[in-house]
This record gives sequence, C-alpha cells and structure tokens, in this order.
Amino acid sequence: MTRWWQALVGAVVMASVVGLISSAEGLCADDGSEPSSADAAGASTEALIAQALVDITSDEVEVRKAAAAVLINHGDIGLIPKLDEIREAGGRAVRVAIKPVVDMLKNRANLSNESSDSRRSAASDLAMAGRVEAIPYLKQAAEKEAVWWVRYTMDESANLLELQSDDSTVQLAAVKALGELRSQNSVSKLQELIDAGTAEGATDQQRTVATAATAAMSQIESWSWWASSMETLFRGISLSSILLIMSLGLAIVFGLMGVINMAHGELMMIGAYATFVTQQCFIAWFSPDVFDWYFPIALPVAFLAAAGVGWVLEATVIRFLYGRLLETLLATWGVSLILMQAARVYFGDLTAVIAPQALRGGAQVMVGVYLPYNRLFIIGLTIICVICIYYLLFRSNLGLRVRAVTQNRNMSACLGIPTRKVDSYTFAFASGLAGVAGWALTMVGNVDPGLGQNYIVDSFMVVVTGGVGKLAGTIWASLGIGGLNKLIEPISGAVYGKVFILVGVILFLQWRPQGLFAAKGRSADA
Amino acid sequence: MDTKKPPCTDNQADRTDSNPVGSSRREFLSQTGRVTAGIGVAALLGNLGHYALSYAAGGPPIKIGVLHSLSGTMAISEVSLRDVVLMAVQEINKAGGVMGREVQPVVVDPASNWDLFAEKAKQLLLQDKVSVVFGCWTSVSRKSVLPVFEKNNGLLFYPVQYEGEECSRNVFYTGAAVNQQAQPAVEYLMSDEGGSYKKFYLLGTDYVYPRTTNKILRAMLLAKGVPAANIAEEYTPFHHQDYQTICGKIKKFSAGGGAAVISTINGDSNVPFYKEFGNQGLRAEDAPIMAFSVAEDELRGMDTSALVGHLAAWNYYQSVDTPQNKKFVANFKAYCKRNNLPDGDNRVTDDPIEAAYFGVHVWKQAVEQAKSIDVDKVRAAVYGQKYLAPGGTIMMDCCNQHTHKPVLIGEILKDGQLKVIWRSKGLVKPEPWSEFTNPEKGCDWIKHKGTYQKK
Repeated sequence: MTRWWQALVGAVVMASVVGLISSAEGLCADDGSEPSSADAAGASTEALIAQALVDITSDEVEVRKAAAAVLINHGDIGLIPKLDEIREAGGRAVRVAIKPVVDMLKNRANLSNESSDSRRSAASDLAMAGRVEAIPYLKQAAEKEAVWWVRYTMDESANLLELQSDDSTVQLAAVKALGELRSQNSVSKLQELIDAGTAEGATDQQRTVATAATAAMSQIESWSWWASSMETLFRGISLSSILLIMSLGLAIVFGLMGVINMAHGELMMIGAYATFVTQQCFIAWFSPDVFDWYFPIALPVAFLAAAGVGWVLEATVIRFLYGRLLETLLATWGVSLILMQAARVYFGDLTAVIAPQALRGGAQVMVGVYLPYNRLFIIGLTIICVICIYYLLFRSNLGLRVRAVTQNRNMSACLGIPTRKVDSYTFAFASGLAGVAGWALTMVGNVDPGLGQNYIVDSFMVVVTGGVGKLAGTIWASLGIGGLNKLIEPISGAVYGKVFILVGVILFLQWRPQGLFAAKGRSADA
Repeated sequence: MDTKKPPCTDNQADRTDSNPVGSSRREFLSQTGRVTAGIGVAALLGNLGHYALSYAAGGPPIKIGVLHSLSGTMAISEVSLRDVVLMAVQEINKAGGVMGREVQPVVVDPASNWDLFAEKAKQLLLQDKVSVVFGCWTSVSRKSVLPVFEKNNGLLFYPVQYEGEECSRNVFYTGAAVNQQAQPAVEYLMSDEGGSYKKFYLLGTDYVYPRTTNKILRAMLLAKGVPAANIAEEYTPFHHQDYQTICGKIKKFSAGGGAAVISTINGDSNVPFYKEFGNQGLRAEDAPIMAFSVAEDELRGMDTSALVGHLAAWNYYQSVDTPQNKKFVANFKAYCKRNNLPDGDNRVTDDPIEAAYFGVHVWKQAVEQAKSIDVDKVRAAVYGQKYLAPGGTIMMDCCNQHTHKPVLIGEILKDGQLKVIWRSKGLVKPEPWSEFTNPEKGCDWIKHKGTYQKK
C-alpha cells in the first residue's frame, strides 16, 4: 500500500506546481478510489494521468516511480500510443520507467484477449512483472476462463504474486495453493521462503510459512519427476519416429534388395526441396488464405519427386550393379555428391519452409507435460507409413513378389515373376518413402543441401542394428536407439550422448553382428 | 600530371596463366606456331598497353589477395565477403586507385578446407606476391593461415567476430573481440533496461569460439556476483538437429523467470533450435535468446516466425540509420544485381560484410599515408587509422591490431532485419585478452612485442 500512497502524494505535489490543485485535491479527499460523483472522478483521474505522463519524464527517480504507479493504477490500454511516443522520445531512464507501465497495461488488456495463447502469455507475464496490483485482475479473469491451462496459469500467477504479501495468512494460503497446483514456476520463490524461515532469527510466522513451503515443494518435486519422465519418454518416441521414417526406405532398399544406397539422404533432400517448391508455388500463385494447404499438397509432390529420381537412378545406375555391394556403394555416393551440389547450385543455401499454422506450438496435456504438434504429427505419420508398408509387403500381390525375388531371384524368374520390373518398382517406392521423410523433416529442421548428410549415418545405424532385411528389426532398433539417446542426453549432454550411442551400437554389433533380428533359413546364406 | 584514371578491373581477376603451348610435339608447334606467335604478340601488345596505362597513372597495379571459401560448407557465409571486398576494390579503382595505382584482386577458393587455406595463403604471398590479404571466417581457418603470414611477414585483414586470445602482428582484426560483442550483450541483459536477467544458459556448438567465449562469460558472470548455480553451460555437436532435451532443460531452468539463453550455436543447427524452442511453448518474453552468430545474411534463409523478438549482438546492422549506410546497402545490392550474383538485389548486408568492407578502405588509407605497400610501413600506418564506416566511424587501435567499434543490441523482426534497441556509448576499446580470464596478459606491438605480462 505504501507505494500507492507515494504515488498519490507525488502526483499531488507535482500537480500543485502546474496549477491543477483543485482537481487533484478533490481526488485526495475522495480517497482516490471511491469517488462520490462519477464526473468528478473521471475528470480528476484524467488530470492525474495527464500529470503522471508529464512526471514520467522527470529527472527524479522517485517522481518517475510515483508517476508509473499512478499510471498502473489508473491507466488503461488507451494510453499505450501516448506512452510509446514518450518512450521513443525519452532517454534510457524514461524507457526503463515506462516499460513496466506499458507491460502492465497491455497484459491486463490481454487477459480478455480472444486467443487463449495471448491470455496465457499475459497471465504469466503479470506474474513475472511482480506487481501486486495485478492480483484482482488475474482472479477476476480466472473465474471467467474456460480453457483449463489458461485458468491454471492465471491461478498460478495470482498465487505467485500473493507470496509477496506481508500478511502471513495470505502467504500460507498461496503457498498451499501453489503446492496443489504443482507449480514449477514457484520453485525458486518457495526456496527463498524456506531459506528465510530456516535462517537464524526467523520469526514464528516465517517458520510456519517455511514448513508449508517445504510441504508444497515436495509435492511439486514428486510431480515434476513424473512429468519429466513422461516428457523424456515422449522425446524418445519422437526421436525414434524420426529415425524410423528415415530408415524405412533404406530398410527396403538395403534390406530387401541388397543395395547400399548412399544417395538415400539426398532422396530425402529432394522430398524436402519438393515441399519448398510447392510452398513457393503457393506463395506465387494462390491467396494467402489457402497458404497452409501447401503442406498436404506437398506430400504427394515429395513422394513422386523422390520416387521419380529413384526410378531414374535405378534404371541408369543401380540395375547394372545388383549383387555388387561395394560398387553400388561407390556409385550411389557419387550420385549423392552430384545431387547435393546440384541443389546447392540451383537453390542455394537459403531456403526455409514455413510450418502451417496447425503444426506450430503444442498441447499442454498435463502440468509440466507439453507436446509439440509437429512432433505428434511425425509420430502419427510414421505409424501410418509402417502400417502401409506392412500391408504392401505382406498382404498384397506386389509384396509377395518382392519377397519372392528377395528370397530367391532365379527361382522367382523361373516362376514367371518379372524381376526387373519388381526391382524397379521397389526401388522407386523406397525412394518415395525417403521423399516423405524429407517432407516431414521440414517441420523440425531446415532445408539445405546437407540435409541428407545429417541423417544418413543414423539411418544406416538403425538398419544395421535392426538386422538387415527385417522391418520389425528396423522398428525396434529405432525405438531402442532413439529412446536410449534421450535417456542418456539429459545426464551426459548432447556431445557425449551421441558418443555413447555410437559406442553402444559398435559393442552390440560385436556381440550380434547379424543385428537384432537375424534372417533365418536359406535366404540367410543368399 | 596525368589525370587519366586507370581502367577498372574486372571483379574476378583474370588468372589464366598464359602457358598455351607446353607441348613438345614439333608437328603441332609448326602448325600452330604462327597462330601462337600472333596471339603472343597481340597479348604482349595488350599487356604493354595495359601497363602503359597503369604506369601513366602512378605505377604497376597493386595486387591484393581475397581468401574466402567459395565452395563447401562455409560458402554460404564467405561468398558475401568476397563480393563486398571486390565491390570495395571497384569503388577504389573508380576513384583513382591507391596512390594512383590500380588495385588488382587475386581471388582464390580454399573450399572450406583448413589445410587448403594455408596452401592458398602461401600461394598468394609467395607466388602472387600480394601486398595484403582479406580473408578467413572460421577461427580454425585463421589459425591455419597464421603461421604462413607470420613466417612470410604477410598482412591479413580478418573481418569476423572471434574469441580473442590472439595477438598476431600480421593480422588486423576488424571484427569484434569478446569484449565488443558477448560481454556487453550479457551486461545489457543484466541491466534494468535489458530486463535484469539473473540466470544464464550458455549454449553453443562444440568448438573453439563458443568454448572460449563461454569461458570468458562464465568468469565475468561469477565476478559480477551471479551464483554458479544460475549459470548453465551446454554444447552440441556440429549439425545437431534434435534440440528436444535442451529446450526441455531450458524450460526448467527458466521456470520462475529471470533467465536468458546466450547462444553461440553455429550454422545449420540454428533452425531446428529456434523451431523447437518456439514449439515447446517457450517465448522470447520467458527466456530471450541472445545470439552471437545469427546475422541478417543467415536470417535470409530462415523462417523468421520462430525468431521474432529474440536478440542478437553485433557492431553493425543493415538497419543502422546513417546516410553512408543507406548508400552502402544500396551500392551492395546494386553491385550484386549488376554482376548477376545469386539473389541479386535481395541480398542483405550484415556485420562481417561491413567489417570486410571497411577493412579494404582502412588498408587503402594506410597505404596512402605510408606512401608504400611495404607491410611494415603499412602496419605502422594502420595504427590509429580512422574511417567513416557504414555503421559509423571506427578506429584502429594504436597498438593491439584490433578495431574500436560500437556495440549494438538488435531485436529480430519478422522481415529478417534487426531493430537496434541498445547501443554502446561511443566506441568500445578491443581487449584481445579478456580481463576476466587473462587479467595478467595484454597485447601491444608498440611498447611491447605482442602479448606481454602486465605487472
């Protein structure tokens, strides 16, 4: 309350200088908040604000602070343009004085914004600004709020601000409420209260608050352990899904056809650039309203572009090299270099895919558990791809032929299966899958000529660990590697996390060179 | 006095070594002898004419080297530096050259390969006998050419912000030292105006620049009373793509407010990092990212929606509002368009581009003051040299080979430009040896011999 009085006194003193005594005094007599007549209050508040707008540029620190307090208490969103003007014109000190006022007014107005994101941002900003004046507004807004997560943030912010109170009963209630809310944001403040309560010379009140804070803290910590375990699990699954979608095509080409395709990463790059080109077409030819549709449209484009390049690659290079593992490795590596440099020359390094609105941000499923939409989307896409491949390989006629050719090429040819055609289709399909992976990866990474190089090593690692020629192996290997990576990374950091994974894979392959799932029977020798 | 200006050079120096007939076949010789002789005479005449022109204007052309990667991973950044150096040379030649002599650039491509940098540097110094070299971007490329320049007493103008802890007599550093970029940026974040942040997450790619910068920043934060528990430090490999865990950690670190991220993440890892940061629900208001390696040229290729509101610290932005900068930006765009360079007039300028540009002009002024292209004389003349650069007047230090520059904090806008939200008062004196990590060391080539121990 002291600040509030200071504000009034400061305002009155300054007002008298300029000759606005009567209106300011009138306000003082009315105790400032409950004016008897609406007109008088309107006029006096206006005068008060007008004066404060002058004071805020004062050279005296105290006067500036008082003026800021007046503006926070009486101002509204309509003042912003005026304040911005002053800020532009003023020096550093003025900008520092004005910033909390502008923030406060803006955030207060945003509490009733249409977008739930803005409402939530406003609530958390108010807590961070640490001005107790915001509490009633927050409580009021929380009552009307329909979205649970926004309401949660408003409650949390109001309680965080109440922690500053001098009244220990208010403090106690806030501490308990924060414990119930499992508020991660309150940890540092609660710790301060605990430190204050356990320090020597603490008052009884401080000790009671500290005890309550300790209880709240243990509530928060046990919850945060669960929440972070769930987030780690999600991250592991997300990384696994990315690894898997990259490796699926490779598993087919390498596993079923016995071709080491070093250009697989560049086929992903083609998928990514196809997405980019589709986006540019939408920017150039269609209205911005339908812009987000570029992304679903880019899926078939990416698939067909990569499949087309794959088909040509098979017909011109790889068909001559079946059964000669090392030659395919060298030849496809050369192709990958050509494709990469071609992309660099044609597109340059500066290309960006803009995520569609629906895939930005994420969902708050629980306190402390936040799932980004783009990653959920990739997980879903990977599952769909796996199901499609399963049906295609094991439930369709084409799949039957592919498996037959894989097991015994000569026998299949004798039985009348057109092995050349089967090879060609399979390779094109696998390349198309790489294109789809590239399409999905534009949501998490960038589109540049080196895109394929960033992922190719990981893809091979997954396929080899899983066992060459086994789709199930690829799935389990990607889950294992992705999960393990995310489990290790929080402890070891990203650099050593990667090292551990590589060492782990090497040791595993020493122990089991055939991978997780070994091919059995006659085909194993083929 | 002949006022005729020397002819303007082409952008690419013509480096076809005229060695057409190295064949030993007599038949071939006799058949083509006449033609060759004809060509030879013509070339000789042409050359003579050329020389005559140049000499008439004051002497033979002055050769300078341009040592920037034009292919490989660093090409994305370094090509722009080559372009701006050649533009500066063209400007100088149009205005009458240096001491009336034409400047002839020799462009080589070290292809982002550190060994090749040393080799090409040797070639420029010993074979082409250039009087100065403008080049390098990464610290490792600079370290690899350093012995070559020191052994042959060459002169290198290095235009990129770097980690300091170096004091070579043969290099002029026109980019920022740590105390001209990273330190003021963190001090700004700690100030009232900057938001009085109390916790700092130092995040970088795992190599020498981020490691050294963060070492200095950590020492500075500790010296300013920030408890060690409020400083986190983390590195990722080159080309790292998965920032889920790190963003999760930052979220936890910043819970409760007052935290900022100091990013020295390099190159293609930036896009996945900023994307993940936004998608995890973190905002610039919760924890702003202050980046030292993201400038306009890099932003050109990014989806800026994830970056808006985050910060960067440099000594120059394209948006700096000075008349000479407006002219510089327009000239650069026009130059790129005229010469059919990729992206034409959509090109932007940024801090290293400006530093590379004024480096050429500083050298020109020094040569004219020294009235010689002798390295030792030019070096002595560079000390204390002032130049009205696009971003404002800069000054070369009297003795430590570095540049006095202003420091500007910028906020990233939607269009990939940066708005200046804070600028240092005047120029900041460069300190190659940080007062926080190496308080006992100094760099001075006038009173001492390079790096010396302070008493």
